[in-house]
Amino acid sequence: MMPTSMGAFLLRRVALTIPVLIGVATLVFALIHLVPGDPAQAMLGDAAAPSDVAELRIKLGLDRPLLVQYERYMAGLVRGDLGTSFRYGTPVRREIAQRMGRTTELALTAMLVAVVIAIPLGVIAALFRGTVVDHAATTASLLGMAMPNFWLGPALALVFAAELGWLPVSGSGTWAHLVLPSLTLGAALAAITARMTRASLGDELRELYVLAARARGLSRTRAVVAHAFRNSLIPVVTILGLQLGAVLTGTIITETIFAWPGVGRLLIQAINFRDYPLVQGCILLISVTYVTMNLLVDVVYAWLDPRIRYQ
Amino acid sequence: MRKIGLWIVVLMVGAAVAGPWLLPVDPSVQDLPRRLMGPTWGHPFGLDELGRDVLARLLSGARVSLLVGLFVVSISSTVGVVVGSVAGYAGGWVDEVFGRLMDVLLAFPGILLAIALVAVLGPSLTNVVLALASIGWVGYARLVRGQVLKIRELEYVQAARALGATTPAILMRHVIPGTISAVTVQATLGMAGAIIAEASLSFLGLGVQPPTPSWGTMLDAGRAHLLDAPHLTMFPGVAIALLVLGFNLAGESLRERLDPRAI
Repeated sequence: MMPTSMGAFLLRRVALTIPVLIGVATLVFALIHLVPGDPAQAMLGDAAAPSDVAELRIKLGLDRPLLVQYERYMAGLVRGDLGTSFRYGTPVRREIAQRMGRTTELALTAMLVAVVIAIPLGVIAALFRGTVVDHAATTASLLGMAMPNFWLGPALALVFAAELGWLPVSGSGTWAHLVLPSLTLGAALAAITARMTRASLGDELRELYVLAARARGLSRTRAVVAHAFRNSLIPVVTILGLQLGAVLTGTIITETIFAWPGVGRLLIQAINFRDYPLVQGCILLISVTYVTMNLLVDVVYAWLDPRIRYQ
Repeated sequence: MRKIGLWIVVLMVGAAVAGPWLLPVDPSVQDLPRRLMGPTWGHPFGLDELGRDVLARLLSGARVSLLVGLFVVSISSTVGVVVGSVAGYAGGWVDEVFGRLMDVLLAFPGILLAIALVAVLGPSLTNVVLALASIGWVGYARLVRGQVLKIRELEYVQAARALGATTPAILMRHVIPGTISAVTVQATLGMAGAIIAEASLSFLGLGVQPPTPSWGTMLDAGRAHLLDAPHLTMFPGVAIALLVLGFNLAGESLRERLDPRAI
């Protein structure tokens, strides 16, 4: 059973999240009003007939007072209504829902790829600190952090799809389609996580309890695996949580490069078609996902480390 | 290792500034019959899809990237220092209001809000700077606020207050100077972030518009010729990675020198 303090922490954390979500929704609502001139005119283009522009203004509700528009928008959100896509003529919610699974699949695989690459790399670098192996691992992580995903993606596609023909260059449907996008998206996260693992495990290895374990006759491997490694994972998990935002925005570029049919690609297509209701829907959904994931990460930390609940 | 970062930055800034004298080739001049030509002695980085010199465009694009970085960092750090120091020093409702505003802006991951702003304002260099600065100041404000909360309790600040110094004077003379080290480190790392962000927006077609050369647009245009002219993506990619690596290393080096406890 969850201890009372955990329940109180959860309530407090949820209460703090609600005003943030209202703020996010308000800012997203304001976006369409930042369009220079008339948003309806911008969506239809300069050559559009005035009657068409007027019709779209009514359809979007832009003819009503700002407060009424805001009230209708927020009431719609409460009902799960994100408006209607200008391009597709379908509910924004449906367009996003159709692609959400693909984005989640890509983001989760990228995080998995990052962990699988980063943890062994960071552990090896920490165990062989100051050696050639450490320098090679550190340099690889620095390069991984500096390499933009919009360059890594095409480079990987050039080698593994075009030259070697091992993997498809774009699209989705099989695990083979997932390899290059997840590597592209996971590379920077792997680099940051490897650096954090190296630093964190290095700190733990200098702790007295590791020395005591060795003094009791434990082998170096056992002392690392059974004691130091587990403790070193706490900051690593923190970094993974913090990098979630980078992964979510990274999907926008990665999906565009590999024609991955997710929410990120939908957002860019919506921008190109000036489909503002769809743009608003995508931005809102990505932000709300981010806020919710941060909330979940915080709750998991509080569950793992009781000290956090009392802060 | 850390000094390498500074050298990379100095060399690349030097090349960007001296570009027109180092390579007196117009980056917009087209040589269509020789389009997509690979590297030669005459054109060390080859020609692009319109027969323009890739090296000349890279040097010109470097000026765009560095200028965007400089503007974004200058605006973000100025706004961030002012907001962070006022919020941290004043406390109370002022701190609460700015705190909630920062929470809302931080709820948009990475450059998502910048993408949204450029999407509605329209793609241009000015809008990219505005969009990136409008999210960039939050990091500085949070950093400065944290520093100010500590500094305002120090004896010399309390002494200045007891002597009747006004709040703006205390902030300008005693509080803000104490935050400069941390802000400098953040600004150096922020240059790397701004350069990547500008290139990302340009790559997505939301940043600098053709024919102005930008590393992001060069990469985007090069994607269509990945097989027949890989040099179009290779060189801008290496340039971005090098400059970002340089600023990251220089930032870490500065952090070691200015605030060894942060390591």
